[in-house]
Amino acid sequence: MKGLKAEAAAELIPDGASLLIGGFMAVGTPERLIDALIARRAEGLTVIANDTAMPGKGIGKLISAGAVRRAVVSHIGLNPETQAKMLAGELAVELVPQGTLVERIRAGGVGLGGVLTPTGLGTEVEDGKPVIEVEGRRYLLETPIRADFALLAAWQADYVGNLCYSLTAHNFNPVMALSGKTVIAEPEAIVPVGVIPPDAVKTPGVLVDHLILRE
Amino acid sequence: MEAKELIARRVAQEIAPGMLVNLGIGLPSLVANFVPAERGVFFQAENGVIGLGARPPEGMQDPHLTDAGGGFVTAVPGAASIDSAMSFGLIRGGHLDMTVLGGLEVDEAGMLANWKVPGKMVPGMGGAMDLVTGAARVVVAMQHSARGGSKIVPKCSLPLTSLRRVSLVVTDLAVIEPSDAGLVLRERAPGVSVAAIRAATAARLIVPEEVPEMRLG
Repeated sequence: MKGLKAEAAAELIPDGASLLIGGFMAVGTPERLIDALIARRAEGLTVIANDTAMPGKGIGKLISAGAVRRAVVSHIGLNPETQAKMLAGELAVELVPQGTLVERIRAGGVGLGGVLTPTGLGTEVEDGKPVIEVEGRRYLLETPIRADFALLAAWQADYVGNLCYSLTAHNFNPVMALSGKTVIAEPEAIVPVGVIPPDAVKTPGVLVDHLILRE
Repeated sequence: MEAKELIARRVAQEIAPGMLVNLGIGLPSLVANFVPAERGVFFQAENGVIGLGARPPEGMQDPHLTDAGGGFVTAVPGAASIDSAMSFGLIRGGHLDMTVLGGLEVDEAGMLANWKVPGKMVPGMGGAMDLVTGAARVVVAMQHSARGGSKIVPKCSLPLTSLRRVSLVVTDLAVIEPSDAGLVLRERAPGVSVAAIRAATAARLIVPEEVPEMRLG
């Protein structure tokens, strides 16, 4: 697999693209890719991620730079800029329960037509969605999510793109790896094939299109 | 004793040996301080760890090991790191024994609102809707009143978190158990009278003959 500099990867991502971005409060978020997107003044992006982190970190930097038109996230409570832009009508925010969000992304990547979940029944989340009864229990039908790009952070990648993750930096990354048309991974280290044992690989390299090289 | 510590100490009494427990950010996260290690409890943080440990010493933080509020933590022996699909599979699938969350309002039907004040504060539901829908037991840990108004109300005016009735509400004044008949006053905070609790509660309370003081361990 050929590697790319973060700047070159940012050039592959057009304005208006939809991006799945890994991370939870910026832990497990590809920071160099985000910095490169801001440096090339990307705009009109749709970001699908767990949260918008906080100003100055991870996805929070994209929000502050005005690069995001629409965010599909579960939580914005720790980023006052996201809340302010949303209330001012500058940023469209779709709030999705966290467990529903990850399963919608998974469904998009594994060829399923949606998810049936009890989460959100009887709340605002139910509005406009079909309720389906299965074996006497009611569920919301939630649709699959795919995106133009998945931007992942990994701990190690090997030369064929196999990825492994560390502790709470897994979060959405292994799931998003299946759901982007183009998958770009930013590892902290790139190691020779064999260093990551097969049992430790969480994202097989066949899913990864580009690896971000070290600075 | 400070209100938050009182609430956390009382909630800790609900946690039995061997449980898997999720603590929300803020006040609920204090509960872990009052659960002795020998109880063998595993705490889950929904961002991806089972076996959450104490805060690390200054300068020893692992940037890959945080809790759901983004704060640095450690992991206990026997811990497991998991991705978000596994984490919420545990939560929604009924594998989580207890969740402890904060609340904005709880009503007479035991419904919880804790994720949005329309037009003012919209933090988002994060994992709360999945936690309240899926956990075996749902404990709300919150102050009894906010800005002089009762948070325990006849009917929630704020958007609901789930249609699932919560199991128990622990405040700085009382322990309240929602039931088919309504909200049952189970315990009083030390030195607080039933009359004082009634006066501070907008919702109707069912008051048994005996309302003992809280057990604080």
